[in-house]
Amino acid sequence: MAIVRPRIKSIGAAESPLLGAAMCGPAILYIGLLIGAPFDLAVFYAFSDARIGSTTLHFVGLENFRSILQSPGFHMALKNSIVFTICAQAIVVVCSTTLSIALEKKFRGRGLVRFLILLPWVAPVSLGSIGWKWILDSIYSVITWVVVWLHIFKPYDAPMWLGEPHLAMASVILVHCWRLIPFSTVVMLAGSSAIPKEIPEAASIDGAGFWRTLFQIRIPMMLPIINVAVLFGTIFTFTDMTVVYILTAGGPFDSTQTLPSLAFATGIQGSDLAAGAAISLFLVPVLVVIAYLMLRMAHRAEVV
Amino acid sequence: MKRADLRRIGARIVHRTVLFVFTVLLAFPFYWMVIATFKQNLDLYTVENNPFIFNAKPSLDNLHLLFYETGYVRWLGNTALVGAIVVAITLLLAVPAAYALARLTGRWGQRLGIGIFLTYLVPSTLLFIPLSRVVAVLGLQDTIWSVVLVYPSFTIPFSIWLLMAFFKSIPKELEDAAMVDGLTRFGAFVKMVIPISTSGILTVVIFTFTLVTQEFVYALTFISPESNQMVGVGIPIFLVRGDVYFWGSLMAACLIASLPIAFLYNLFLDRFIAGFTVGAVK
Repeated sequence: MAIVRPRIKSIGAAESPLLGAAMCGPAILYIGLLIGAPFDLAVFYAFSDARIGSTTLHFVGLENFRSILQSPGFHMALKNSIVFTICAQAIVVVCSTTLSIALEKKFRGRGLVRFLILLPWVAPVSLGSIGWKWILDSIYSVITWVVVWLHIFKPYDAPMWLGEPHLAMASVILVHCWRLIPFSTVVMLAGSSAIPKEIPEAASIDGAGFWRTLFQIRIPMMLPIINVAVLFGTIFTFTDMTVVYILTAGGPFDSTQTLPSLAFATGIQGSDLAAGAAISLFLVPVLVVIAYLMLRMAHRAEVV
Repeated sequence: MKRADLRRIGARIVHRTVLFVFTVLLAFPFYWMVIATFKQNLDLYTVENNPFIFNAKPSLDNLHLLFYETGYVRWLGNTALVGAIVVAITLLLAVPAAYALARLTGRWGQRLGIGIFLTYLVPSTLLFIPLSRVVAVLGLQDTIWSVVLVYPSFTIPFSIWLLMAFFKSIPKELEDAAMVDGLTRFGAFVKMVIPISTSGILTVVIFTFTLVTQEFVYALTFISPESNQMVGVGIPIFLVRGDVYFWGSLMAACLIASLPIAFLYNLFLDRFIAGFTVGAVK
């Protein structure tokens, strides 16, 4: 056995670069053609005057960026994107940490509870959002009915949830949270199941109370996985346009417009491909930072 | 003693309350879809009616309208067809690539793998403008082939990532033995590795299919005719006539399209999450 082993190993270790290239070549080519090339094209458009329906194309330098940076609509969208992402992530982290700790314990009906909790994430996002549009309807909203029933507002006097700038912003954040809490919860559950149970148990035997165990032992141990959940959650919120497009289409008065939805409104609906591409390029810095953080985390996990 | 008991009961009540509140808040929109689906319009659109109960007899009118007077069935068919083709393309490209990156190309395999995973982070909202021109130039605009072409660009990266982890967990000795018995490396991959990887491949199938049904931005950008729509765009855009929302039918459409996908996704969820948490969880 000891003699045979090295021989077999040498066969396994014999790498055939040609076969390797042939097997991963097509996939890499596909990704290059449909992600790499369009990305370059987006950069190219951003420096041109490309429009839908126009066949000529000129290089205009930084003209698009200059006019974007001067438009109040862009400032609003940039601010909204940041506000929505930070608010949503703050709420999501608190809620999903709580929920994942509650779901850790085994109890009867856990499978059903998990399925119900996961629905917002596993159902198509556009359909979940249209469900919320009905819940937040200007006349037939169930929330309106409840606040009228509780005599907080008089009939026909309740606010329009999607019709007033601040309420509309809050609604968009709420729906983002609703969608991301299940995702973050499951990520954290996966992470906390890797934490050895003995440590929090030992701490509680040593007399540490629930809150102390939670804040000084469990949450610090969960930090790496909370980071993962936040990084993905940030990307999902910051680059999303579905929720905003369906709930408010950016309104009222562009108060809920975000970078992606503004890029869509400008580039596709407004036919100004160049300006749309330039707006969407403002997503890149955030993506680069997050990719860097993820790489650093993956690298650290590999080294340890 | 008594205080300890009280504390335990208290903890239990808090635990149950937390679970109850979250479950109700997260599942409520779907419960609301069920109610709206079976309500008569008169009941649905009377502001004074208690919205939580049926004030008039439940009816199937909304479902009837949905299935017989809208493009809903057509959209479901389009989505299933696109899903099936995208699954085929994804498997064809991602399975060999993942194997090659897991086994053949050594240390570079790991780096390339991470590089491919990072492309999964490039969002559709960054690429839809240039891709809309690419699709137009290729003459695919307004057909389902536009999304058939583009969807694999996000299903392949994540599938490769999932499958790489899966292939790495298969002991190398298995292929070595097969190769000693005279199979080539590729032969060992086809005859030994693929058959024992069915569960990993099935995960990719489900994952790809659910991603196709969830996509919104590309379908909205590339396809405008009602009859060629995907279900995720058709419902929110075309079940609205002018300013009139057919809420009962809309909610029915959401519910029927969401539930099967939710069930499937739920079965395989732990594996997808494993894909996201590789690196942070050892």
